[in-house]
Amino acid sequence: MKIFQRLVPWILLAIALFILPAALDDFRLNLFGRYFSLAITALAIDLIWGYTGLLSLGQGIFFALGGYAVAMYLMLNTKSLAGGNGIPKFFENYGVDQLPFFWQPFWSPVFTLIALWVIPAVVAGLVGWLIFRNRIKGVYFSIITQAALMVFFHFFNGQQKLFDGTNGLKTSTSELFGQLVGSPDMQVWFYRLTVVLLPLAFLVCRYFTSGRFGDALIAIRDDESRLRFAGFNPVPFKTIVFLVAGALCGISGALYTVQSGIVSPQYMSISFSIEMVIWVAVGGRGTLVGPIIGATVVNYLRSLVSEALPEAWLFVQGALFIFVVVLMPDGIYGWITKGGFRTFLAAFGIAKPAKTYPKLDKEAVPVD
Amino acid sequence: MSEPLLELNDVSVSFDGFYALTDLSLKLYKGELKSIIGPNGAGKTTFLDVITGKVRPTKGSVTFKGKSLLGVTEQQISRDGIGRKFQTPRVFENLTVLRNLELSASPVKNAFSLLGSGLPQSSKDEVHRIMNYVGLAPFATVKAGSLSHGQKQWLAIASLVAQAPEVLLLDEPVAGLTDEETLRTAELIKSLAGDHTVVVIEHDMEFIRDLGFDVTVLHQGQVLTEGPLEKVKADPRVIEVYLGPPEQ
Repeated sequence: MKIFQRLVPWILLAIALFILPAALDDFRLNLFGRYFSLAITALAIDLIWGYTGLLSLGQGIFFALGGYAVAMYLMLNTKSLAGGNGIPKFFENYGVDQLPFFWQPFWSPVFTLIALWVIPAVVAGLVGWLIFRNRIKGVYFSIITQAALMVFFHFFNGQQKLFDGTNGLKTSTSELFGQLVGSPDMQVWFYRLTVVLLPLAFLVCRYFTSGRFGDALIAIRDDESRLRFAGFNPVPFKTIVFLVAGALCGISGALYTVQSGIVSPQYMSISFSIEMVIWVAVGGRGTLVGPIIGATVVNYLRSLVSEALPEAWLFVQGALFIFVVVLMPDGIYGWITKGGFRTFLAAFGIAKPAKTYPKLDKEAVPVD
Repeated sequence: MSEPLLELNDVSVSFDGFYALTDLSLKLYKGELKSIIGPNGAGKTTFLDVITGKVRPTKGSVTFKGKSLLGVTEQQISRDGIGRKFQTPRVFENLTVLRNLELSASPVKNAFSLLGSGLPQSSKDEVHRIMNYVGLAPFATVKAGSLSHGQKQWLAIASLVAQAPEVLLLDEPVAGLTDEETLRTAELIKSLAGDHTVVVIEHDMEFIRDLGFDVTVLHQGQVLTEGPLEKVKADPRVIEVYLGPPEQ
């Protein structure tokens, strides 16, 4: 059993890398690539919310910053998208004939690869540090992050001359390594990249949540001011995890952008950032497996429902959220690990009901 | 006598015009053991809040080892050697008993050093010694949130001891404990005497007698009287404001 548990992650990884690409058509595979890239954002939110108790409603900022970084690189380096003076065509629509200065470094692939996570990390670190050092906590933190999100949204939405405003930057028609980014071949590679990066993001989160640093995070969630009286300053802890979460969201946004074919200010819409939190709640916060399940399941459901009944998704999502909050406070993963699945099967007579509380039952098993 | 370790001078604390402490002056010497009693609202907890940096006094000065504590953060005061147990036992509910103690015992409190390194063996040994002493060793891997009230009290006291402060401020360490637990807590606190300076705030007079520390009575934010318990108990003012007339 223990060996089996150890093998599970590798089996899942093998399925994602080899079986899914063989079994699914290009369209479906691309959708799964998107789900997995969103799962990285869910992991990041779990790190700050599930473990540290910081409910951020503004992770869309960092997600979109990562997306814009990669899109700007692709726009610049695609000849077919360039206008008369060698800069992306959309600039002509607004009478801009000189590339804005901050676009310049995005000619470089190395810079872009670093910027797509460093820029969100720096923004998150700065915003976080300012908030945390002023001891702003709880719901006020959530409100500030949402307000910051709105600021970023309106800035990107309103600046046609800088970012093509509300149209966003289309990456599917751009080129990379001489191939169209939107082509099926490229998409398979992006899928593989995502499947490799998701476990890495998982390991990063595990590094921060296990050990004594992780204990301090949980202590912050449980009773932050008590931790101060034990001699710890919570501000650096919170700033570090918020920064790391920002970086992860940036990577997630970049992967999502190349697979969805566009980055637009909609990635910074209020509802999208709230959805991110819902994925974590549905999957199970405070565990690292939960958010991956949550992001994949919710987004897969979203695809299914939207294909069948395009108008119904928001209702289903709302109902799902209420259902989970009321009936599965620990999310899907918490429900399974705490014996909920067995009671479910027992209700149909498939499994024996637990004799006592599931937790006691488990502890009664002698430990070798 | 030598310099006091901790000194409060004319400290007043006002919350929107209501004075929780009024011109309170109090000295604490190294190794001194003190119990503080007083009716509800006498300012006992505010007194600890002022020392530990939670509340900034409206006027007056607080010095520890000759340095002012005004404007110093809670974590810095804690690192300087003043530890505090709160009135309600505040433990980290989602950490196990062992992890609670290890966190408090950590000699380095800086975020980056917590990422890299484990707890030194000497701290681990100390944690196990304390855990055995308070009888929480069988619950080492149990989450603190599922402990009973009494066990949480002990965990809170044990965390404070693990922190190894010079001055221990204990706010109602035996509230809600059984007689036997109270007795053991008194033993634990007495065993700390010597190297430590201890201040205990309590309502339980039995417990105060068990401790045998000198008693300071607070009333309306001021020191009413000080001295050994028997002398204080006989003071008519203390009887009037706090103890009530002896039963017939």
